[in-house]
Amino acid sequence: MRLSQAWIVARHDMSIFRRRRGVLYGLIALPFAVGIGFPALVGVIVHRGTGGLESYLPDLVNAFSFWWVIGAGILPTTIAAYGIVGEKVEKSLEPLLSTPTTDGEILLGKTLAAFLPTMAAVWAGSVLYQVLVDLETRGALGYLLYPSWGMAVILFVLAPLACLYAVEFSVLVSSRVTDARSAQQYAGIIFLPLIFIYIAGEIGTIPLDTVNLLYFSGALAALVLALFYVSLRLFRREEILTQWK
Amino acid sequence: MIHTDRLTKRFGTVTAVDGVSLDIPEGEVFGFLGPNGAGKTTTMRMLASLVSMTSGTGEVAGCELGKPADELKLRQRIGVLPENVGLYESLSAYENVAYFGRLHRMDEPTLRQNIERLLRMMDLWEKKDLPTATFSKGMKQKVALARTLVHDPILLFLDEPTANLDPEAAKTVRDVVLDLKRQGRTVFLNTHHLEEAQRICDRVGILRTKLLTVGSVESLRTGASGKHTAVRVDRPSEQLAATVRARLAPRTVELSGDRLVVGVTDPEQENPEIAAAVMAAGGRILEVSQLSQSLEDIYLKLVHEGGAPA
Ligand SMILES: Nc1ncnc2c1ncn2[C@@H]1O[C@H](COP(=O)(O)OP(=O)(O)O)[C@@H](O)[C@H]1O
Ligand SMILES: [Mg+2]
Repeated sequence: MRLSQAWIVARHDMSIFRRRRGVLYGLIALPFAVGIGFPALVGVIVHRGTGGLESYLPDLVNAFSFWWVIGAGILPTTIAAYGIVGEKVEKSLEPLLSTPTTDGEILLGKTLAAFLPTMAAVWAGSVLYQVLVDLETRGALGYLLYPSWGMAVILFVLAPLACLYAVEFSVLVSSRVTDARSAQQYAGIIFLPLIFIYIAGEIGTIPLDTVNLLYFSGALAALVLALFYVSLRLFRREEILTQWK
Repeated sequence: MIHTDRLTKRFGTVTAVDGVSLDIPEGEVFGFLGPNGAGKTTTMRMLASLVSMTSGTGEVAGCELGKPADELKLRQRIGVLPENVGLYESLSAYENVAYFGRLHRMDEPTLRQNIERLLRMMDLWEKKDLPTATFSKGMKQKVALARTLVHDPILLFLDEPTANLDPEAAKTVRDVVLDLKRQGRTVFLNTHHLEEAQRICDRVGILRTKLLTVGSVESLRTGASGKHTAVRVDRPSEQLAATVRARLAPRTVELSGDRLVVGVTDPEQENPEIAAAVMAAGGRILEVSQLSQSLEDIYLKLVHEGGAPA
């Protein structure tokens, strides 16, 4: 496996989706909407100034951080689906496969092409989010909510894992469908569990504290590994040329 | 350059390619003929190490088929133009070709040089920055051909490269193949365009799951059923044919319309004797001619009978 060869594939895929306005705007719009929208909501709550703010505001905000995990699971599905279904539609997989590139390098390249822009967008949006939330809450709380260990686990462990998970799932789905839209719809199923976790966190059934976040990370890592093997088995030259539709 | 021994591919219970043994020397343009579903594409994919073979062995461009360590080396040396051109339509002609040069690890100066040379040869240099979605089918095929050639492969696999092209684009493709031949490269060309095979191929093979025959177009034309002299006569009859047959034994003599068709080995030597025999039998000769089968006759005969020629 040559990283440099995978990088050629990744750069090419990124240059293609850069031309797809819809994909590009989605990638930018979602993180910024969350990064600005939620702090604005927090601002409203703080300025209404009801009592007991100190007791519930940290939990509310903490649980909300989980949105960055969900975002990291939603954003790459479009890119990954286009990256593979797009090649199916254009019938460009066969010429690609006849170059001296291994199946693993192609798969890694396509994964990087979805992973890197997603994580860049998530991290950029979350910096904005943390700064704005701190600005809104510092006065009322007297201390800074961010950065925090929980947020570090979210941004550097959970979100990358969720992103990989979504990419792998998109690869699986893409090998079975022939248009990007249905690939995305199927891939959409995967962030339902994440949304349940978020709701459970918001209503307090599962507190989204650092320890629990690490547990989730472990479980997600196992899933990512399992899906990695499945997608590697599916993404084989012979399968692609003779089994994929 | 290509050597295979009983190459076979089965999909479940369907045998797509059955025991194909080929020997293609360096510098040859080899035409692989056969009807739809004959297994041409599958054979090509096996030779390019894109799909595995069910049984058999093969060596292509100095690499052993089915040996994982040789796979990348093989694909580095060959160029494959699949049936579907498969361009990235949002990218320009230049970008399409450049991507494949990079995948073949070309250095940037050589890459730029080759792209310019190829796109100029294809008459596409002025349009190099336009997205290929705006191109005609012929232009797309030319971009795909440039993409296949960009890394200077020594062996080319072209899968029906002129199918459904306008005559001008088809001519460009054929000229490129002839040019490659002059440069000493080896070309394996799938086609069901017989005239094209006749014009540009050194040898052809006819496939229908099994390899039915291989040879130069010339040798197939004479070898498939031998040479024949046709004598057109004034009043043809079975009786005349029988008399001539007796005189010319052991040659075959058949009545076909108003002609007596005589199997010969050397027409120049035998034709006077044949003419004399016909006249002696009371036939009035209107015309003596050589029957020559076209590649098409041979092809249709083989493909429909399915058997190998005698
Ligand atoms: N992936 C596949 N699965 C099952 N059968 C296949 C597959 N690919 C090709 N075949 C069968 O193999 C035969 C040869 O196909 P192909 O090589 O495409 O022929 P050609 O290129 O000469 O038209 C056909 O009968 C086809 O149906
Ligand atoms: Mg074919």
